[in-house]
Amino acid sequence: MRKWLIALLPLALTFYFASFIPAIAGGETSTATIEWIPSLDIQLSFYIDGLSLLMALIISGIGTLIIIYGGEYLAKDERLPHFYILTLLFMSAMLGVVLARNLIALFIFWELTSITSFLLIGFKHEYEKARKAALQALLVTGSGGLALLAGLVLLGLVGGSFDIPTLFQEAKSIQKDSLYLPILVLVLAGAFTKSAQMPFHFWLPGAMEAPTPVSAYLHSATMVKAGVYLLARFTPILGGTPEWHTLVIGFGSATMLLAAYIALQQTDLKRILAFSTVSALGTLVFLLGVGTPLAIKGAVIFLVSHSLYKGGLFLVAGSIDHETGTRDVNLLGNLRQSMPFTFVGAILATGSMAGIPPLVGFIAKEVVYEATLEESAALLLTGVAVLTNMLTVAAAVLLVIRPFINKAGELPKSPHETPLSMWLGPILLGILGLAAGVFAPAFGANFVEAAINGITQKPKTLHLALWHGWNTMLMLSMITVAGGVIIYIVLENLLPLMHRLRFNDVLSPATAYQKMLDGLLKVADAQTRLLQHGYLRRYVLVIVISTASLVGYTLVTLTDLASIQFEASTSVRVYEGLLFFLIMVAIGVGIRAKSRIAAVATLGVVGNGVALIFLFYGAPDLAMTQFAVETLTVLLFVLAVYRLPLIKEYSGKRVRIRDGLVAASFGIIMTALILMVISSALPSNLTNFFAEYSLPKGKGRNIVNVILVDFRGFDTLAEITVLAVAALGVYALLKWPTNDEKHANPTATQELDQL
Amino acid sequence: MEVLLAILIGSLYAAGLYMVMRRSLVKMIIGLAFLSYAVNLTIFTVGQITRGKPPLIPEGQALPTEPFADPLPQALVLTAIVIGFGLQAFAIVLIKRTYQSVGSDDIDQLEKAASHD
Repeated sequence: MRKWLIALLPLALTFYFASFIPAIAGGETSTATIEWIPSLDIQLSFYIDGLSLLMALIISGIGTLIIIYGGEYLAKDERLPHFYILTLLFMSAMLGVVLARNLIALFIFWELTSITSFLLIGFKHEYEKARKAALQALLVTGSGGLALLAGLVLLGLVGGSFDIPTLFQEAKSIQKDSLYLPILVLVLAGAFTKSAQMPFHFWLPGAMEAPTPVSAYLHSATMVKAGVYLLARFTPILGGTPEWHTLVIGFGSATMLLAAYIALQQTDLKRILAFSTVSALGTLVFLLGVGTPLAIKGAVIFLVSHSLYKGGLFLVAGSIDHETGTRDVNLLGNLRQSMPFTFVGAILATGSMAGIPPLVGFIAKEVVYEATLEESAALLLTGVAVLTNMLTVAAAVLLVIRPFINKAGELPKSPHETPLSMWLGPILLGILGLAAGVFAPAFGANFVEAAINGITQKPKTLHLALWHGWNTMLMLSMITVAGGVIIYIVLENLLPLMHRLRFNDVLSPATAYQKMLDGLLKVADAQTRLLQHGYLRRYVLVIVISTASLVGYTLVTLTDLASIQFEASTSVRVYEGLLFFLIMVAIGVGIRAKSRIAAVATLGVVGNGVALIFLFYGAPDLAMTQFAVETLTVLLFVLAVYRLPLIKEYSGKRVRIRDGLVAASFGIIMTALILMVISSALPSNLTNFFAEYSLPKGKGRNIVNVILVDFRGFDTLAEITVLAVAALGVYALLKWPTNDEKHANPTATQELDQL
Repeated sequence: MEVLLAILIGSLYAAGLYMVMRRSLVKMIIGLAFLSYAVNLTIFTVGQITRGKPPLIPEGQALPTEPFADPLPQALVLTAIVIGFGLQAFAIVLIKRTYQSVGSDDIDQLEKAASHD
């Protein structure tokens, strides 16, 4: 029951978007803007034109069916609520991608789809395979996302705006810019990883670890189309150049042909569908690469037809898996009798996939052939398209005959027809595919025309019809279907040869990905060991060396050391000179001291010496504090370290020399810095402020004291707090029993707890 | 005098850093103390030193008699001395306890002792 209620949300969205159809089909667009970071030209703005609307309808419409289907499919899973939440979350993100008007907003939604996809692929997170596949998908699409971000930022800077419709006007200057090629490559990297173009396609078959409704929705009907959407959206900005044609057609055609070839060798229903999806995405990319009005028309129709039939087929595969407990096409069979409704859904979907009239897939194939035939390299492009479609037809035939008609093997479960909520999706999607074909003129006028105009940004009227008469395209269609059926018939004999070619291993960059990932972890490990070794003194060493070299370099190159003036210095009196000498000796003794008392004594000499300097130079408050603190420190030291052994030197001579050189160079730099600062001292305005206001505002004649307790009173409060905390720490450390004491006197800890 | 002070501060930095990089805990603590003297003296010296003229306002006057020592660095240093003492006291007690538990004042023994527990 709950699944129907939740499905009302995407259903309402579908109706909401459907209400835009008349206006958008009439050539209007609609915008909504929320200011986000106006100073950076970033708005949370949304834009509906034909292309966005078509995508939004696919996303929310299929989303509705997926929620209903998933609610049944995962009925026994305790994490069903997670499925609802994540799927709806994904839907929002995906709607954001296709509706965003601002480049940065588009990117944020784009990344959100990657993250929700990661969570959904890893839905069955107790399986290691699912976790690995989820990570793989995230890393591949995520690195593509980084490239895309760089591309979008460059595009925004070159075009002078992050607003997509504004960029449409700037297309000419963008394409002439020297940054055009980097922008194109970066944006394509984002689109190709997301839409699983070779060689980045390997994450998509891996993503089949997700529950089947998720595969149907994200990894076939919607998310993987985000890259295609991006190419379509940017066609008026980046498209039409030789670079665009070469790169996009190249990747697209390679992907569509090779993936269709690999699909036929699979035995797992979902993997067949996954590779056939990769092939379809390749076809879409290929068509956008060609970029003529006909090719774009083909892309739009094929996008719709693919979403309808592949979404349906995935749901069929899920139902089969659900009912029989297996997805192995060699095992499955005879399901037309036990699952008649699912069978009808499968027939409608595969019919559209194979391009059988009057289904919409037929129109798509006709337009694609029409588009390739008018290109200059017609023979090559049409050849690739025909061959791909033959392989697709063979896969479609396989998808009907093996599970539904062939004799069944030993199935883990005996199959029954699924409940309404699970066959509704495939049947409804099949009927939509049929309707789009039969009512082609209405489908064309209401959906396709506005979407094409959204891609080209050059409004044109479109006439779409199922029947074009006897022409070359129809002949090619018939050849395709016949060729596909022949391929299916000889497939059994072809498979050993295909396997022996071991083409797939060469084509699969999954191994390279794994090696890269392992290598990355090793580098990270070595780098962490090198830098995070846990030795405090080496951290100090590295920090001091870096600071000393940077500051030293700046001192030598950028400043004039000769500017140091010694004349302005105050004279030295005899007792001051003696004091300086005494402290220097004490420092020297302290460094070499072997006994604790000697070390503590040098500490006392240096501390009291510093206090005397304060006293000589007009700071009696400092001197008094320093005397008190020094006395306490020495006392504490004597009490605490009384029982410690002689100070040992644990390091070797070379280490000591190294440390000594580093420390000395830092000391020299500090001396030079102080001399420089003194030579060019700036007058302090604050001094006069404090002198002036100390008495009237602070009611005190000792300015230092007034600053401490009045002007900077809160600092002093915090200082007291620090002291109190330190005192607590000292007390706790002194009172807390050691391990030995705990054994001897177990009550000691309790006493402390009672404090 | 400033030149002597600058040399003194440099020596304190060098000695402090060298001792902080020793493995002996006692040396490390003394090094920390040297570093805090160095920092305090840096602030004091850089704020310009004036011999024997504390920033006090004599009775019957509204302003201190020029020239007088800059009170602001003094206030900053005073805070630093007191905080430094808190740190120092805590560190001293900490090494005492460490020595009691580990039986060595070699920092490198700490990790071994920790893994034994």
